[in-house]
Amino acid sequence: MAAGRNWNWFHRMGSPRWFYETTGRWLPWLWVLTLGLMLTGLIWGLAYAPQDAKQGNSFRIIYLHVPASFLALAGYYLMAIAGAIGLIWKMKLSYMVMKSAAPIGAALTFIALFTGAVWGKPTWGTYWVWDARITSMLILLFLYLGVLALQYAFHSQETGNKASAILALVGTVNIPIIYKSVDWWYTLHQPATIKFTSAPSMHMDMFQPLLVMIIAMYSFYGLALILYTRVEILRRERKSSWVRELALRTQPAQVDQ
Amino acid sequence: MIAESQGFAGYLRRDLLLAYRRRGEVASPLIFFVLVSTLIPLGISPDSARLAELAPGIIWVMALLATLLSTETLFASDYQDGSLEQLLISPQLLALPVLGKILAHWLVTGLPLTLVSPLIGLMLSLPAAGLLPMMASLALGTACLSLIGAVGAALTVSLRKGGLLLSVLVIPLYMPVIIFGSAAVQSAIDGLNWLGPLAVLAAMLSAAAALCPLAIAGALRLVSNN
Repeated sequence: MAAGRNWNWFHRMGSPRWFYETTGRWLPWLWVLTLGLMLTGLIWGLAYAPQDAKQGNSFRIIYLHVPASFLALAGYYLMAIAGAIGLIWKMKLSYMVMKSAAPIGAALTFIALFTGAVWGKPTWGTYWVWDARITSMLILLFLYLGVLALQYAFHSQETGNKASAILALVGTVNIPIIYKSVDWWYTLHQPATIKFTSAPSMHMDMFQPLLVMIIAMYSFYGLALILYTRVEILRRERKSSWVRELALRTQPAQVDQ
Repeated sequence: MIAESQGFAGYLRRDLLLAYRRRGEVASPLIFFVLVSTLIPLGISPDSARLAELAPGIIWVMALLATLLSTETLFASDYQDGSLEQLLISPQLLALPVLGKILAHWLVTGLPLTLVSPLIGLMLSLPAAGLLPMMASLALGTACLSLIGAVGAALTVSLRKGGLLLSVLVIPLYMPVIIFGSAAVQSAIDGLNWLGPLAVLAAMLSAAAALCPLAIAGALRLVSNN
């Protein structure tokens, strides 16, 4: 027990600062990487990739839609794993990562749904259909909103952290069940009017920019998560000496006030 | 082991006794269920063919909402009068008393809903083939809903206005239950095998009974420190 306390002390005092300083050195590189990949992928995908035989240019929204959907789901698992690490090892930093992952994940889920709706109009003739993947995505958005709402419901930061970590873990156990049941539900009720045009084998010229965009989105996710977490660290550690020193160094004009 | 099973039975008996003393409060989900079902023909159409088509899904949605309505109070009075803290400091495994409380909750909400559902089925012209599957799927499904809802109730027990938050937390988790619950009824009406969806519900119930008490125990310990 005493050893456990020592570790708690170590994590509480040490980790956020270490994270802040280390990621500070990574940030410029991550910006260059993200912007470079994003610009390459977007220009390649939107301007140079060949048109789709059936959908024409409207298929190009895939270069945003698919990467956002990937990260929306992966982000939930990342959030839940961060929450689990926080619950098990009582690591403060990992709760901060979890809290930062929730709004990013919710935003990406919304982007995936929104681009899907925009894509659905020219392709299926309607903005919204109760398709299995769309419905699952919508439920994922609700799961994110639950974690976000619970995080802010408690006065105590500590309780909010742990409660949303438990909820994220319960959600993680449920996601495969939800996906499978929604799939099954959809095959049962599948309306005959909608035909999927997504070919499983994409042409290489279309696939390569998509791959670049997926990597770019991962990089963007990492960047956004680090930026959010850094803000969260500063907010929660604002009374610690190193944050004060940092503030003094960056804003000397406000010292006298 | 004996002490642990006593914790289960003890809390089951205690909660049933408490429910018996607050009969009016306990009856409200059931009354909600019956009242809302009279809104359906008024809101949609009294035409029995249309009602029959919608009945399986609507009865399930109403049962889900009625269960959700009653879930909020699952740990609330124990939290307010301090007996939750007594439970938390007892040396027993927390999961078993929690399971006892949930079973009591199901016996006073899910079971009455199941027993009343044929009446609602008749009022909404549910085809006769769907009555037995509906009762079976409601019996298994509402138990699932009680277990999942208890996780949300435990997480929000210390919040003064936890009601809306509770819905946001648990409705996404309820979705697989309603999919298979209404599918069992629909399959029976369509003359298909309805034991398949029912078996999936039973599997979900087993998994929920095994896992939910752990999450609930964690959530209750956390809230008591608050």
